[in-house]
Amino acid sequence: MLVLNDDQAMLQDAARGFVTDKAPVAALRRIRDERVAEGFDRDLWRAMAAMGWTGILVPEDEGGLGFGFVGAGILCEEMGRTLTPSPFLSTAMMAATALSRAGSPAQKEHWLPAIVAGDAVIATAVDEGRGHDPAGTAMRAERHGNGFRLTGTKTYVVDGQAADAVLVAARTAGSAGEPGGISLFLVDAKARGLAVERLATLDSRGAAELTFDGVEVTADDVIGAVDDGHGLLEVVLGVGRAGLAAELSGNAQESFTRTMDYLKERKQFGRTIGAFQALQHRAAHLFCEVEIARSAVLAALQALDADAEAAGLAVSVAKAKASSVARLAAQEAVQMHGGIGMTDAIDIGLFMKRMQVASTLYGDADFHADRVALARGF
Amino acid sequence: MDSLDAFRRETRAWLDANCPVEMRTPVTGDDDICWGGRRWVFKSEAQKVWLERMAARGWTVPGWPQAYGGGGLSHEEVTILKEEMRAIGARSPLESFGIWMLGPALLAFGSEAQKQEHLPKIARGEIRWCQGYSEPNAGSDLASLQTRADDGGDHFVVTGSKIWTSYADKADMIFCLVRTDFSAPKHLGISFILFDMTAPGVSTKPILLISGKSPFCETFFDGVKVPKANLVGTLNRGWDIAKYLLTHEREMIGGGGGGLLGGRSPGQVAASEIGTDGQGRLADHFLRADAARAEVDALAFAATMTRYKDEAAAGGKGVGDKSSVLKYYGTELNKRRYELLMRAAGHEGLEWEGARTHDGERPRDWLRTKANSIEGGTSEVMLDIVAKRLLQLPNA
Ligand SMILES: Cc1cc2nc3c(=O)[nH]c(=O)nc-3n(C[C@H](O)[C@H](O)[C@H](O)COP(=O)(O)OP(=O)(O)OC[C@H]3O[C@@H](n4cnc5c(N)ncnc54)[C@H](O)[C@@H]3O)c2cc1C
Ligand SMILES: Cc1cc2nc3c(=O)[nH]c(=O)nc-3n(C[C@H](O)[C@H](O)[C@H](O)COP(=O)(O)OP(=O)(O)OC[C@H]3O[C@@H](n4cnc5c(N)ncnc54)[C@H](O)[C@@H]3O)c2cc1C
Repeated sequence: MLVLNDDQAMLQDAARGFVTDKAPVAALRRIRDERVAEGFDRDLWRAMAAMGWTGILVPEDEGGLGFGFVGAGILCEEMGRTLTPSPFLSTAMMAATALSRAGSPAQKEHWLPAIVAGDAVIATAVDEGRGHDPAGTAMRAERHGNGFRLTGTKTYVVDGQAADAVLVAARTAGSAGEPGGISLFLVDAKARGLAVERLATLDSRGAAELTFDGVEVTADDVIGAVDDGHGLLEVVLGVGRAGLAAELSGNAQESFTRTMDYLKERKQFGRTIGAFQALQHRAAHLFCEVEIARSAVLAALQALDADAEAAGLAVSVAKAKASSVARLAAQEAVQMHGGIGMTDAIDIGLFMKRMQVASTLYGDADFHADRVALARGF
Repeated sequence: MDSLDAFRRETRAWLDANCPVEMRTPVTGDDDICWGGRRWVFKSEAQKVWLERMAARGWTVPGWPQAYGGGGLSHEEVTILKEEMRAIGARSPLESFGIWMLGPALLAFGSEAQKQEHLPKIARGEIRWCQGYSEPNAGSDLASLQTRADDGGDHFVVTGSKIWTSYADKADMIFCLVRTDFSAPKHLGISFILFDMTAPGVSTKPILLISGKSPFCETFFDGVKVPKANLVGTLNRGWDIAKYLLTHEREMIGGGGGGLLGGRSPGQVAASEIGTDGQGRLADHFLRADAARAEVDALAFAATMTRYKDEAAAGGKGVGDKSSVLKYYGTELNKRRYELLMRAAGHEGLEWEGARTHDGERPRDWLRTKANSIEGGTSEVMLDIVAKRLLQLPNA
């Protein structure tokens, strides 16, 4: 059934109440205006941990809730409505997935309780250039004694500026462009030779550029199989993409709702502007698009719960659709607000900025449409 | 869960044993789809057998109550039946306006006698219905219709004309909107009646479409006598029934595109016709980019059809005004689909007659899809409904 079950609906209500109360858009403005370097509020993150959110994907026998991807997506969607900055995607979704699926007992024991407690932030470092291209990973991991030595640069690493550890994709074999030969490493953020440079991004959350200059890791720091990390990486990225798609759906729903409120309030030519059919039809079209994006997102989250390794197509449909719909929603929101939509005083512009970041990360609409076409045989 | 698994196993076994192999091949022409009715000529023995077997189980209308010829299946069971039929490529045994439109309206508004009389005949494909809504001066503004039904004692006397009546020349019966009160506000003087297309005074005249086919007609009523027992619901309150029926029609039209082309998308058809490069990408890159976006939209839209049906089933109601979302998006998507197919066809899409192209099947289908965003309520009317009813935007 492509509907939320009772537990999921309850989680959604609770999450909406929490973000509205504890993390409204004003909280993002504070992060921005006070130039909070980490890009999120540690107290809020701990409050999320107290709600159990940090453990939503961690299995119950590892101390988490084991609630599943639909639940995690619901949280992303609600945080998307309020533009809540948090390391939820990087840590509670992507890192938790990597660790619980492929972590060694020692890695799990070390990191999973810390994730659940809200004490650890773990970033995933994949991209090295302008576009999202996991198979294009060029960073080298050269064998060195019993371990490896990492050299190269990772860019736009989400939460990299605040991370305690980094899940990094590097090449132990093959060459850039080939899926084979990629291995994943879980590297301490304070490792010698790892330089973290904070990037100020338009959504005020920041990201990091990580430069690895011969960073030494041991065989115990590998996560998953050496040379064969691409499959795991795809699952971890799939989880991130679905989370972003859910967030973008929330982003689009909220800028749409605010625009509808404005159309019912603003008067010009002696009428509320929402009475003009030229705007009504655009609003109605946008509503249809938002509805369709929501369905694609729920289908992707359910597909991840059913079989994360087989969810690639559903996830790409969701990321492609949610990215383009959130873009349309942001554009229409600014346009239909007229001059006021261009100002920093109202929040519409903040939705547009975050939309740009979330729609670009882990593959934009074009990247995923290409994947959908390939998966469908053209 | 277990009982659904059992239902799936039984259904699979039954379909495998009962669906003739000829009925597991893609539909290639109009007459491959059985519409039923007194004058239906089965294209093959297999088509007849398939209809009879499915009707005997109530599976031509699996969700209707068994008392009226349906299968009495739950929403989940209907979904499973459809999935299992799709899995073996089984054709639908019967399509009709009775199934899509009149049946749901009678189930909601009909008297017990009307349900007993009409629903089993729809389920068995014995009676074919047409829809008498639109008139020359009442299209989008349907409620301004002028066909009149005057009181003749125990019957009505119907006079006027309808237009765009699909398959009026092939139908046995019509469900028809008539004005029974000329002094009331336009929505409050309309009644919903049923009558036989062979009744004296009914005549039809086919209209030729741009596709070269004549699937619809002008329909004339000259003093047609209709028993008062054939009034559905309350006199002068037919508009509520009309609108309810339209939500079912719109949901159906919105989902109409997916089943064509043997379930293949334009990108997939184009790949088989034009070919792919070494990495499996469609060789025409401009077409591919548009086809890929259409593919994303089509898959996301299919999920929306499922979600709305599941939500409706969970809430115990129909899809309601959200049928306008499905109608609008699904039909615009289907038009895009055929634009892509025409681009893929290139010169091959220019032939109108000739065996090689099945008499220009592709351009004729392409032209036919242009009606999708008109029939059952235009896209502009759908957007108006979304804006006013779902978004509560003010009236001008
Ligand atoms: C960067 C910037 C610089 C500017 N510089 C100047 C300047 O130098 N001098 C100056 O005088 N002004 C300036 N303006 C103001 C600008 O001209 C107005 O913002 C513009 O005319 C729209 O008016 P509004 O903002 O009140 O929007 P509204 O009129 O409230 O419009 C809101 C929305 O409703 C739509 N709408 C309104 N009426 C209708 C209708 N009848 N049918 C359909 N849709 C309708 C609009 O298209 C818009 O999408 C500037 C604005 C900006 C953003
Ligand atoms: C293939 C086909 C099959 C059909 N089958 C049947 C059938 O079986 N039975 C039946 O009863 N009818 C049938 N119809 C008729 C169909 O329902 C009408 O054509 C449709 O409702 C539009 O009415 P119209 O053609 O009079 O167009 P009009 O209402 O005259 O519309 C002309 C244009 O104006 C636009 N427009 C109208 N009002 C507004 C408004 N308020 N705001 C903005 N734009 C507006 C419309 O969207 C359209 O683009 C069929 C039509 C087709 C094409």
